[in-house]
Amino acid sequence: MTITDSPVNNGVNVEALLGAREALSAAPEAADFTWRASCTWRNGTHSRSTVTSFSGLGAEQQHRVTYEFDVDHPECFASEDNGATPVEYVLVGLAGCLTAGVAAVAQMRGIQLRSVTAAIEGQMNVLGILGADPDIRNGFEAVTVRFAIDADASREDLEALIAQSQKRSAVFDVVANPTKILVELA
Amino acid sequence: MMQTTAVVIGAGHAGLAMSRRLTDRSIDHVVLERGEVANSWRTQRWPSLRLLTPNWQTRLPGHPYAGDDPDGFMPAADLAAALTGYARRIGAPVRAATTVHAVRAAPHGYQIQAGDDLLHARAVVAATGACNQPVIPEVAAAVPPPMTTLTPPAYRNPGQLPDGGVLIVGASATGVQLAAEIHRSGRPVTLAAGEHVRLPRTYRGRDIFWWLEATGLLAERYDQIDDLTRARHLPSPQLTGTTPATMTDLNSLIAQGIRIVGRLGRITDGVAQFSGSLANTCALADLKMNRFLTRADEWATASGLNDELPPPHRCAPTHVDPRAPLELDLTSGEITTVLWATGFRPDHSWLDIPVRDRKGRIRHDGGVVTGAPGLYVLGLPVLRTRASTYIHGAAGDTHAVARHLHSYLGAARR
Repeated sequence: MTITDSPVNNGVNVEALLGAREALSAAPEAADFTWRASCTWRNGTHSRSTVTSFSGLGAEQQHRVTYEFDVDHPECFASEDNGATPVEYVLVGLAGCLTAGVAAVAQMRGIQLRSVTAAIEGQMNVLGILGADPDIRNGFEAVTVRFAIDADASREDLEALIAQSQKRSAVFDVVANPTKILVELA
Repeated sequence: MMQTTAVVIGAGHAGLAMSRRLTDRSIDHVVLERGEVANSWRTQRWPSLRLLTPNWQTRLPGHPYAGDDPDGFMPAADLAAALTGYARRIGAPVRAATTVHAVRAAPHGYQIQAGDDLLHARAVVAATGACNQPVIPEVAAAVPPPMTTLTPPAYRNPGQLPDGGVLIVGASATGVQLAAEIHRSGRPVTLAAGEHVRLPRTYRGRDIFWWLEATGLLAERYDQIDDLTRARHLPSPQLTGTTPATMTDLNSLIAQGIRIVGRLGRITDGVAQFSGSLANTCALADLKMNRFLTRADEWATASGLNDELPPPHRCAPTHVDPRAPLELDLTSGEITTVLWATGFRPDHSWLDIPVRDRKGRIRHDGGVVTGAPGLYVLGLPVLRTRASTYIHGAAGDTHAVARHLHSYLGAARR
């Protein structure tokens, strides 16, 4: 595979990714990252979360700027709709993660992308969260992602691209697989 | 203390092939074996198991397959008998019933504690196999009682299991073979499938291992494989050695009535939770299979064989049931047995030399152990080529390792 000679440019620094894989395999403790967000209740169902720092590579790291996210419920839930719902943020996270993966894998495989769009849907019956039907779960019954990709590649190559992006996706794993969660009082 | 030039530990196919190579080079050695020749094939394999590779491919140095069923698949017991015959024919100096307890560094070589004896050797070859211990995931501790749980080395036949449903965790060759056999016994099987390798048993009239060899895939060297870690940890392909050829891919198991669920993630309050990634793991397996079949077709065309062979075809995509459950209550009584077909690991615990990586695996360069001159390892997946995973790979591996060992002895003497 010749990466440096590749005319393909999806804006992904593949050499840095491959270098990181090698360096972090040799120093696995540097590969331990902690991701953070902090959330403050505003009013009603409205809260604001900020994301500014994380730790990794053996040090504290800062985002370039602090990012803010308003979270609320829509008006049909008798809320003020000051922001996206929490479950929509999950969809945002999954779509962003898979799309980043598509770009990185395409770069690695020498596929030039012209456009990538993803339509993502999570199906949910709210009788679960309302506690009205014990047989219905709180979370999504299913999530579907439909990618439209314009690129110099066969349909089979593009199918392989989205399959590999799922395989390497952190958020896909978080959504598809159980995760230990500890919620406690400070 | 007994002195010998080389000690080979393990009288399986790899250890015996190595013995033959050492004899060819007039290198004085013994083969230490905890049981008898082919011990794990006698004691740790279920009786119906047959090799994945066809008989014609099951060859050892100086010993091509000579039987009358080249396209058949050897049962474990027949392989044990074949290895016993091979040991006799090559005059392998096997010391049976001799368990190696420790190998330590010593001046000019290694000290081997074997049974009640101490041996000294200038070179040691670990050929104790890749499948000594079943790997069981941590989640096993959360299986609610009363439940029969077992691993493949303890499995003999479905009759040893209680009536009722069986959850088989893992969809490699072991998982799919046991799923088919146990389901046929009237015990409904649920198979939890993570990442897996799908291949057709035959393609265009030839066994798939004929294609794997002909296309050069099995000859790919360890130092030319892009992602060696991944290659060494690939699950075994979903194949069964049956004549006439039958498929044991997930579609065949579904047709048999077996329920396929995603990778087992967690067991909470007795409820097993399966990954929602089943559709993608199946899509990946289909893509990789088709990629290999395309390579096979291209090879056939390039070799001028295209017109002699039946035309190319593709298998139907794996049919993933969109209603496959994400949860299964293990306390309901529906499932009475959990069988862990979650892989194997080698047991090199007797090796008292700091040659392991952070995951406890021996660091080696194509069988030449790193940082321990005169120490070698054989019989591991993709040790030197992709063929190393299979019986016939020992021929090439032992050829290279014996050559290295021979020149090491020469250099150490000077």
